Amino acid sequence: MNNQEKLTQCFVNALNIDATLVIPTLKYQSIKEWDSVSHMVLISEIEESFEISLDAEDVVDMSSVKKAIEIISKYNIEF
Amino acid sequence: MNFLNKTILITGASKGIGKSIALKFANLQASRLILISRDKKKLEELKTEIESDFQTEVIVYNLDLSDVKAINECAKECKLNKINIDIIINNAGIMKDSVIRFVTTELIKETFDVNVFGSIYITQAFTYSMLKNRSGSIINLSSIIGTKGNKGQSIYSSSKSAIIGFTKSLSKELASLNIRVNAVAPGFIDTDMTKNLTPEVLEKTLNSVGMKRIGKPEDVANCVAFLASDLSEYITGQVIEIDGGLII
Repeated sequence: MNNQEKLTQCFVNALNIDATLVIPTLKYQSIKEWDSVSHMVLISEIEESFEISLDAEDVVDMSSVKKAIEIISKYNIEF
Repeated sequence: MNFLNKTILITGASKGIGKSIALKFANLQASRLILISRDKKKLEELKTEIESDFQTEVIVYNLDLSDVKAINECAKECKLNKINIDIIINNAGIMKDSVIRFVTTELIKETFDVNVFGSIYITQAFTYSMLKNRSGSIINLSSIIGTKGNKGQSIYSSSKSAIIGFTKSLSKELASLNIRVNAVAPGFIDTDMTKNLTPEVLEKTLNSVGMKRIGKPEDVANCVAFLASDLSEYITGQVIEIDGGLII
């Protein structure tokens, strides 16, 4: 599984949505499944999957799939 | 009731109620305990005691709960070592009495740093695996002084009341993820916090306890174990007073 697939799986697990919905333009709170509670789950999924510990600012800034890729990339993860 | 395959984090674990809670979980076959305290020596002694008497792995962290940076570093280490925490017991607390005109800003800050902010920081930092697993139990130590109030204890009381607000709100926030949040409010318990009472105060206090005895740390640990276990799986957002029928 490459990193893009891993990230998609994190979204699928955390939001309980179909993988086809996980596209770069998908935004926080644009669908009912991505609310503040599932966002916390998403952060934990990403941290475990990529073996990183996100800074508090990054948790708040992760407002879309595209932004998630940008933020995770800062932790030396390549997409 | 047992805690096989469970990892339990306990703050203020080196003595009193925290130590009793740690021993209770070890006795109930907890797989791993993460014990946090400012007292490194007592923590190490407790680790040795538990690991020699029980099949429980003990990890200790010498932490000051007012140091949010240190708490986050500790959580990061646990996270990267893939330590899944199932249960958090926010037990650490300090109690310094003073009537309102003698209360200093230092006393207010110190009390809230440990009793309130420390519990919030710990919860924020260590719930990572509960969120992912959609399962867990958080138990916060309030006090009967936080539910009923007492003269000379307005600062301690307000800090313990804050813990109740934190418990009730967080329980609503995390209920859909099957993470339960409850509080216990001990009454008059035999610990270092209460050992300096004069005989007169002791007698007066005992007269106000329906069961006419001082509580044991184990009385609190038993209730905490119940709230941590599946026996209480439909209980969240509650505050259980452990006071032997105290009337103040």
